[in-house]
Formats: sequence, structure tokens, C-alpha cells
Amino acid sequence: MTPQSPFLVVASVAAGREAGLRALLAEMNSAPGVVDPDNPVLPFGRFERVHFARLMVLDQTTMADLSLYGVSPPDLGLRLVLLGDCDGPARTLLDELAAGAEDGLRRLFGHCEGFDPGTGLAAWLHAHSRPTQANYVNWLGRTVCQIHEESALQRFLSARVPRMPVASGEARRRRRELIEAARAEQRAGRLRLSAPQPAPLGWWLGNLAHALGVPLLALLVSPMLLLAAPWFVWRLRSLERSDPEHCPPPEAGHLRALRELEDRGLTNQFTAVGPVKPGAFRHALVPVLLLAIDWGARHIFHRGHLARVQTIHFARWVVLDGGARVLFCSNYDGIHEAYMDDFINKVAWGLNLIFSNGVGWPRTDWLVARGARREGCFKKYQRAHQVPSQVWYDAYPGVTLNDMRRNRRIREGLEQGEMGEDQALAWLRLL
Amino acid sequence: MTTTTPRPVELDDVQGLLRFGYSHHTEACFLLLRVKDPAAARAWLAQAPVTTAVEAKPVPATAMQVAISGPGLAALGIPDDLAAGFSEEFLAGMAGDEDRSRRLGDLDSSHPSNWAWGAGDAVPHVLLLLYALPGHLADWRRSLEAELASGFTLQAELDTADLAGREPFGFRDGLSQPEVDWERRRPVEDRDRLEYGNLTCLGEFLLGYPNEYGLYTDRPLLDPGRDPGVLLPRAEDRPELADLGRNGSYLVLRELRQDVAGLWRWLAQQAGGDLDRARDWAEAMVGRKLDGRSRIPGARGLNGFDYAADPEGLHCPFGAHIRRANPRNADYPAGTRGILARVRRFLGFDAGALPQDLVASTRFHRILRRGRAFGTPPVPEQALAEPPPTAGTGLHFICLGANIGRQFEFVQSAWIQGTRFAGLPGEGDPLLGHRLPGPDGAPSDCFSIPRADGPDQRLCGLPHFVEVRGGGYFFLPGIRALRYMTRPR
Repeated sequence: MTPQSPFLVVASVAAGREAGLRALLAEMNSAPGVVDPDNPVLPFGRFERVHFARLMVLDQTTMADLSLYGVSPPDLGLRLVLLGDCDGPARTLLDELAAGAEDGLRRLFGHCEGFDPGTGLAAWLHAHSRPTQANYVNWLGRTVCQIHEESALQRFLSARVPRMPVASGEARRRRRELIEAARAEQRAGRLRLSAPQPAPLGWWLGNLAHALGVPLLALLVSPMLLLAAPWFVWRLRSLERSDPEHCPPPEAGHLRALRELEDRGLTNQFTAVGPVKPGAFRHALVPVLLLAIDWGARHIFHRGHLARVQTIHFARWVVLDGGARVLFCSNYDGIHEAYMDDFINKVAWGLNLIFSNGVGWPRTDWLVARGARREGCFKKYQRAHQVPSQVWYDAYPGVTLNDMRRNRRIREGLEQGEMGEDQALAWLRLL
Repeated sequence: MTTTTPRPVELDDVQGLLRFGYSHHTEACFLLLRVKDPAAARAWLAQAPVTTAVEAKPVPATAMQVAISGPGLAALGIPDDLAAGFSEEFLAGMAGDEDRSRRLGDLDSSHPSNWAWGAGDAVPHVLLLLYALPGHLADWRRSLEAELASGFTLQAELDTADLAGREPFGFRDGLSQPEVDWERRRPVEDRDRLEYGNLTCLGEFLLGYPNEYGLYTDRPLLDPGRDPGVLLPRAEDRPELADLGRNGSYLVLRELRQDVAGLWRWLAQQAGGDLDRARDWAEAMVGRKLDGRSRIPGARGLNGFDYAADPEGLHCPFGAHIRRANPRNADYPAGTRGILARVRRFLGFDAGALPQDLVASTRFHRILRRGRAFGTPPVPEQALAEPPPTAGTGLHFICLGANIGRQFEFVQSAWIQGTRFAGLPGEGDPLLGHRLPGPDGAPSDCFSIPRADGPDQRLCGLPHFVEVRGGGYFFLPGIRALRYMTRPR
């Protein structure tokens, strides 16, 4: 099993270089929101380990909302962000990018502070890498290669299966014929089904330590937590009553810029960023919650669904600028409006848990209730905090998570030995 | 939850179309108007005899409804800051930008650049809907047109046809409608619904009332200083403000041209001339039998069914038009009972329930349909005969709702055009799909019919059966709001 990892590089854009950078990013696209996978700057399509990636110019957007608390926002300047999800370790991917797209990356980061022609590219990328505090992977271990191979298998079998009723007792024979045909394709080199790689021992040990370590830590501090609980609840409730809610409608131009990039294919990207509420309480709570979310995503929700939501490929929460703001990114199937529908109707509690610590979030109760359930307010809030990704890459447009789940079952059925008649019929019906 | 009895609905302030389909009024005509002289236009609208939702006995011979578009508000001189309180979708308009057209599937020959009306400078300002008992339309319409001439130019007239409850393809239509909670029986609360039901909160259709989330949808709320004559009702949720939206709704109109001969000929050809099979396929595509009966066994009447008993689409295919447009599901997959089952499903740990949980909960995406057919469609037998009839026929699709984005646009883009609706392998609506290939070049022009004893049957290469010829978003104001907006100044 090859585990997936997030990569993230953040650099400050040098003064006066914004316009040039935006023009360069636009050059990478064949249309707004549609990257050319073979573009000369950063040809994502040539890096077979990359699932999704995006490049964006991150401005200060909603930092000004801190003034709701009478706090003057820090000047964070403009950032160039490169982030994505890959098979295997992120560190070696950055090395591969540096080696395989050196000129383009130099052109990109040449717009950033402290980058000059003499800078060692790989070392720069590592030095500007930022950790991802919480990361969600829809199906741990499913590689880009596997997705493509299983999709090709499904296309081959679906085109070949006779679309007629299967006479009683005929399902096993028909399945065998299809398997034979697939095997012949494999032998001819037209279909490939690579065997999964074993998980690296180091990763396996680290994962186990994480799986046990976090609950153990929780257990150790639980007596203190128990003691602090009444104070915590009192403090939370009083903040929930006094924290200002701020959901003005997003500006028309901002909305247009976001929509221009959306709903062009089956899968979309989402990025939102916002300041954390001032005060020690929220700033202490955020890392704890992110640790819990990360643990849940890594050890519980890594088999096709994040609670009830089955349409998120990858998602991550990143603390930026020393905890001043949190960045959320995801890749999801379906239209934006349906994604928001899922957020409100299926996992509002989960969103509230973390995002209610952000300035202006719709009012919550007990950290999980209301909040995102307040539909109109939430929809305005999320749009106002959303930021456009100038460049977005998807390694498998046209393949949704539900397609992948079906394709995996088709492959499993192909590789399984003899089946009973009912089982063979069920397999044929997947096609 | 509120314990006080909610204020009764002011039916005399609501336009009748929200409550009635005017089915006795078999003659109807929709006038698309552009404002020529704002003062004269306002003066006419200020006294326009708009029919209300109060039940009249006997039914009036004629009924008129008035709706205004976003550009229409400006043309009538409504201040921008006041108009800004309306929804973003309404203000932008149906053909307002390429991104919306893409989401709605208005592409190719249905692209707004090919529309007869509704795009660019051809957005109507005012929509007048005229309904009349048989024999009462022609004279009334002529006298109205004369009255309107001083304030408006007549951009287009959309005639309708009485097809006796059928739509042009030959199917009984208008059978499924949400039941609007006029008595305000549904409590104002945000609570999960474990069963699909037809009764829908008033606020889903009428602005100024709580919706399915127990919340009030945004609409223009005015400082009382802007309504010194107290023409407008006060907002229920914010009594200190005047409510311009209350008792109003948004109206979506689309002119859909249907290729009736094309549908039946194509099906007959696919069926090798077997007309019974062609009809069976057409019924699978629609999701009902020609006479309106459900394909779900045990349906009570024409509308008493859901798809819980058909989780594999064996009776009504997932891709069938009516299953897409109204999936009839609840907030949780069917069969969720008891605390433990709910917790498991809440966290997504019920593997068996996940495949049933791909479609959004229906109650947040209902629409009230008020469409009318036009033209003289051939019956299926005629459609197959040579030469093919050429006269245009189709549907003036009309729906009402308080939230265009969450209702009409969601249904149209996520459900009708969504090629992975309910986990389908890649196909648009069999009737309304745009048929364009996906981002990876995969076709979207198939229709899958699941069966228990083998792989899905698949009809592929579906032609375009329905083309959009025009469309627009309108505000259907409450009577007082209409008087307020058109008052002399």
C-alpha cells in the first residue's frame, strides 16, 4: 500500500511582482480553471505521483474582519502557494518537481522574496514547505496509477459485456469469458493492473505510533481536562454568545471570479481562508481540534467517506502565519452548490467544530449545533472566505470517487477465484 | 420551536399562481414586455387587476399575474440599493453569464446566443401571465394590449395550448407537486426528517416565511422611513423593517422546444419498429407510464410513492426524468430507525446505506411547477408517419420558489444535468440532457435501464430531444409590494 501525502510550499511574493506572477499563472491554463497538464511552466501531467495540485496567489482577504474585535489585522502581504496531494512521501516529490520542472519553478518562485538565480531550487522548496495540521484522504493507498488502470479496465469490460439478460446458470461462464478477454488485453500490453506496493515500514510504524499515541495522550491529560471541563464549557458558551457573526453577501466580482473556475468538469476545487478569533481560548482550541480531526481522518475515515460525505477526494486544514489564520482546501465531486448542500445537511457539526473558531462564523451552540445549519448565513460566509485557485490540476478528470469505488469492485471481482452464480451475476451488473 | 400560533397567510396579498394552477383556465398567454415609458408603465402596473390567492366562487373568467425581471426593476425606476436585497441569481439573470449557462446545461444549440428571447438586450422587463376560461382570452388580450401600449413595447407573446393534462411527448404531466403548507402546520424548527413527505414549508415558496431550515430567506427589507405610507407588510423575523419580499416568490420561465417526432422516431428505430418496446423505453426515460401511472409497484394513486422500495432502479431507472427531478428521499437513507442506526448512518459507518446516500435530501430542492404546453404536438402514431410535422411544440416551463439557487438551479444542474446522479456511470437526463461529452471525452448521451438478471440495458447516442429557446428569472411580488414599487412619485 502506497500512502498519500500532502505537499505545501508557501512563499511571499516580492513587491511589484504580483501582476507578472498572475500573468505567468494564467499562461499555464488552456482556459480559466482548466490547466494544460503539459504546460511548459509546471507540467503536472508528467509527474505520475500527483493526484491534485494547485497554485494560488493568496492575499489578505478576510483578515480585515479582525476589526470586529477591535484588533488591527497584521500585514501578511501576498503569498504564492503551491499545494497538492501525491503518492508516497512529499519530500521526494518536491525533489522530482525541482529536477523535472526546474526552469518553470524558477520562473514561478522568481517572483518571490529571497529567490534569486543562484538559489538552489530543491532546498528552497523544502525550506518553504509548511506542515499540514489535518489531512483527509478518501481512500488511503489508492494511487494515481491504480485509478487510471482500474478505470481503463472498467471501460474495457463495460464496452465488451453483452448487455442482455443472463440465462440462469450462465453468469459464471460469461464472467470467465470477460476475464479471459481482459487477460488477453493484459498480455497484449493494452491493459495493466499493477500489483500494490507494500507500505514502507517506516510509514507503517509511524502510523501505528500516531494511532496509539494520540489517544494515549488524550488519556494522560484527561484528568486535567475533566477538571477544566466546567470552566471550558462556561467559557465556550459565553464566547458563543458574544462572538460577532459576520456574513455579508460576497461581492459580485468576487463571486464571478470563483464561478468562472468552477463546475467545468465532474470534480472541483475549494479553498477558503480566514483569521482565527482573537484570544487564547480559540488559539489553544484550534490545534487540539485539528489534531483530533487529523487522527480521525487518518485512522477512521480513510475508506471512502468523511462521515456521510462520499464526494471529497482530499481535504486539508493548515495553520498559517503562526496561527493567525487557517487555510482549508479540498477537491470534491459534483457542483459547488451540492458540496455546500452536503456541508449543511450532512456534516454541519463537523464544520462547526473547527470553523466556528474563525472570525464571523455563523453562531453555534455547544461547538457543533447550528452554525453551518444556518443556510443563508453559511453560504454567504463560505463564498466570502473562498479564494480562487489560479491553477488547478486533476490527474483523473472524468473519474469520480463513486466511479473509483465501482472500478475497484470490478477489479476485485476480476482477480477473485471461482465465484458462485449469484456473485458472478452481481459482478456482471457492476459493468 | 415557536409555541405561539403563527400569523395566518395574507392570501389577498399573494398572487394566485402560488396557490392555483388555473387548470379551469385552459386558455393562457404570456406577454413579455419591455418598459417604454417608466411613468406610464408604473401607472398601469399600479392598478393592474392582479388575481390573488383568495379562493373565488365562481372562478373568475380571467386571471392575471405580474412578474418583474432584474433589469425590469431598474427600468421601472426601483432604486438599486433596494433591488440589491433580491437574490444574486435573480439579479444576474438566467442568461447573465457563461458560468451559469454551463451549470444549467444551456450549451450548444440551447445556448442563450441562440435564444429567441431572454439573453443580452432581449431580457423582458415585465412578464404578464394571462389565464382565461374557454372563449375569454382573445378579446381580453386585445384590450389589454391596447392599454399596455403607452407604457410598454410588446417584446413577444408566448401562446399556449390546452393538451388536456398532457405534455407534448404524450405523457400526463403536472402530477407531482409539493403540498404547500398554507396553514403553517409545520413547526418552525431545524430537525431531521426520516421520511419523504410532500408537505413543504411555506417559506420554500413564499418569501417572508420560515423555510425547511426554520429560517427566513434573504429578501429586501426596508427601513420604515422608505415606506412612510405603510404600504408594505412588516417582516415577521424583523418587525422593525418593512418587507418587500413578503408574499412574493421567484418565477423561473423557460421556453423548451420539444422534438416530439424526433423522440418517437428514434425510439422506434432503436426498437427495430417494435412500437410496444419503443413505448416501454419512453416510459422508462420519463419514469411514468404514458397515462401518468407510476412504475413503482404498490404506488397509491399517481403520486403516492417513493423509491425506497426500488433501491436498484429496477422499476424506475435512476436516470429517469422524474426520479432525477424529484428523488423523493429523506434526510437519511431509507430504513433509518432507532438511535443506534442513526448514529451509524450519521457517521457514515453503515456501508449498506452509503450507496443510498449519494443524492441530496429532496425537501430542500422542491419546486412548484406551473408550466403550460404550446403548439400542436403529434400523437406518437402521427409522429411516426411521414412526413414529419414541422410546427414547433413544447413547454413553457414555469416554476416558483423562494430560492432559485437551491431549488431550480440545483435541480437543473446537480440532478438533471449531473452525469453521475445517484452513481450513474455517466449520462445526462434522457429528455433534457445536453449530450456533450465529459471532460475526458466520455459520452453523456446514454440511458441505462437496470435489470435484475444482467448488466444494465443501455440506449446510446440519444439525440437532443429538448432545446431551450428562451428563459428568464422573475420576481412575482406580493400585491402590496407591487403597489409599493409602482406607486406614483
